[in-house]
Amino acid sequence: MKSVIAQDLVKTYRHGEVRALDGLSLEVEEGTVLGVLGPNGAGKTTTVRVLSTLLKPDSGRAVVGGIDVLAHPKNVREIIGLSGQYAALDETLSGWDNLVMFGRLYHLNAEQARVRATELLEQFSLTDSAKRPIKTFSGGMRRRLDLAASLIIRPKVLFLDEPTTGLDPRGRMEMWGVIQGLVRDGVTLLLTTQYLEEADQLADDIVVIDRGKVIAQGTSDQLKSKVGGERLEIVVQEHDLDQAKSVIERISGSTSTLDAGLRKVSAPVKSGTESLIAVVRELDAIDIHPLDIALKRPSLDDVFMSITGHAAEEASDE
Amino acid sequence: MNNFMSGVSDALVITKRQLQQLIKVPEVLIFNTIQPVMFVLLFRYVFGGLGQGIPGGYVQLLMPGIFVQTVTFTLAATAQGLAQDMEKGLIDRFRSLPIARSAVVMGRTLGDGLLNIVVLMVMGIAGYIVGWRPTSGTFHIFLGFLMLLFFGYALSWCGVFAGLISKDARVVANVSFLFTFPLTFLSNAFASTTTMPKPLQYFAEWNPVSTMVAATRQLFGFHNTFGVTAHSYPSEHPIVTSLFYMVVLMAIFMPLSVRRYKNANNK
Repeated sequence: MKSVIAQDLVKTYRHGEVRALDGLSLEVEEGTVLGVLGPNGAGKTTTVRVLSTLLKPDSGRAVVGGIDVLAHPKNVREIIGLSGQYAALDETLSGWDNLVMFGRLYHLNAEQARVRATELLEQFSLTDSAKRPIKTFSGGMRRRLDLAASLIIRPKVLFLDEPTTGLDPRGRMEMWGVIQGLVRDGVTLLLTTQYLEEADQLADDIVVIDRGKVIAQGTSDQLKSKVGGERLEIVVQEHDLDQAKSVIERISGSTSTLDAGLRKVSAPVKSGTESLIAVVRELDAIDIHPLDIALKRPSLDDVFMSITGHAAEEASDE
Repeated sequence: MNNFMSGVSDALVITKRQLQQLIKVPEVLIFNTIQPVMFVLLFRYVFGGLGQGIPGGYVQLLMPGIFVQTVTFTLAATAQGLAQDMEKGLIDRFRSLPIARSAVVMGRTLGDGLLNIVVLMVMGIAGYIVGWRPTSGTFHIFLGFLMLLFFGYALSWCGVFAGLISKDARVVANVSFLFTFPLTFLSNAFASTTTMPKPLQYFAEWNPVSTMVAATRQLFGFHNTFGVTAHSYPSEHPIVTSLFYMVVLMAIFMPLSVRRYKNANNK
């Protein structure tokens, strides 16, 4: 069953000059995670806002949990959770007060709201800071609390808009751990992100959007093979370049690129770590010692370059 | 009916949140009461001499003026609060919840109204200390304060609208203040309108602040000697005119604000 269906969504601004959504369609199967991948201004936030009843599209259809979003927004609000790009909490109140308030607004009674707040603070490792005002929280803690607030009613469908943007690496890892926990529990999740790695880590399926349209979709592996997967790069002494080139070509089975100035040879590889080990062994056997060796994973930019022919940053602003 | 009751309970959750804020950040309440009390003291002792010939002295006419001025500033307070919630993305979150579309703005205006009760009580006490003695009896004094609260409430709805259309809490607070501050002075609140240039006099007579000041002076039992020059309708019937203004303001801004909330950020 499809938990989320978006069909031909169009949203324009300034009398049609700016097309934030330009016939966007996507689907999320129940119990799976869809990653919506795209640069700033691609229409990710607009999509989430339409699906979560905050924004009316000019045309198109949206169904969430079997309910028509445009016809019955209030019923949709009863089954969704939304956590936006910025932690939307009352900063002067404590985490506990925020969760109880949102619990009450989801129509739990006072006792239920308190029980649920305690559970969620526990689940997100925030119990120790429960009584502190949010303004003293780190970015990562705010995001976790924001996510907790969107889970109060155990939503059927959860929308997360760039859940890790602006977090430091540690905060990002913590957030991924929390989201992976939810995924294990079987939540249906639509998540937007600018990071291919994040979509890779968290999503079952990925749609890549640009300028308000879906330009590619598939599993993370499918997308990566489209981009050419990983590349192996070796830097060696100048007099070793030729030999290194032939080794890397033999093992990868593809043509390599040579950058004589940087003394760097690189080639696309299918099974990254295995090829890396094989190349290192081979070079060692013929007594070549690489100065540097690396596996480069394709980034969002690489995905964009290969699909659209332009870099992600060139995309229009929102 | 069930819908209505759950709407009321949602609004009360929002009001409770605001009262919790006041406890967590007591500076807000302290500043909100210190400022008008300071005005009471300054005007009472700096301009006290203006009131020669007024029975009971200048302070009898001054207090209603400062009461009205203070509740007028509710407009800016409400606007700032809502604009802050917009900035923080809280309004979006509220809009994604299964609550009545009016709950958030209802709760906010009610909270600001409750704050006014506290502020007016403190000011009333301060007034009493510096010699303000209403003579009309408990019932009329009560009506006077009720009207002040109602006026603040009506202006609070203008503030809701201003807060929701603005994108910046500081800007909207400053703009609302720049709008309401002169309004409170181009009135009979602190001095007689008789000495103003003619066009200003007409403005001052019809200014809702003046009608409110005149109405509360009347309800507190003082003859409003600060604005009966043109024998205009508002100066002769201040209570009726004030009630009319409040009803009109609310009839315009309540539906407008709820609509605006419904479509907030819809772009």
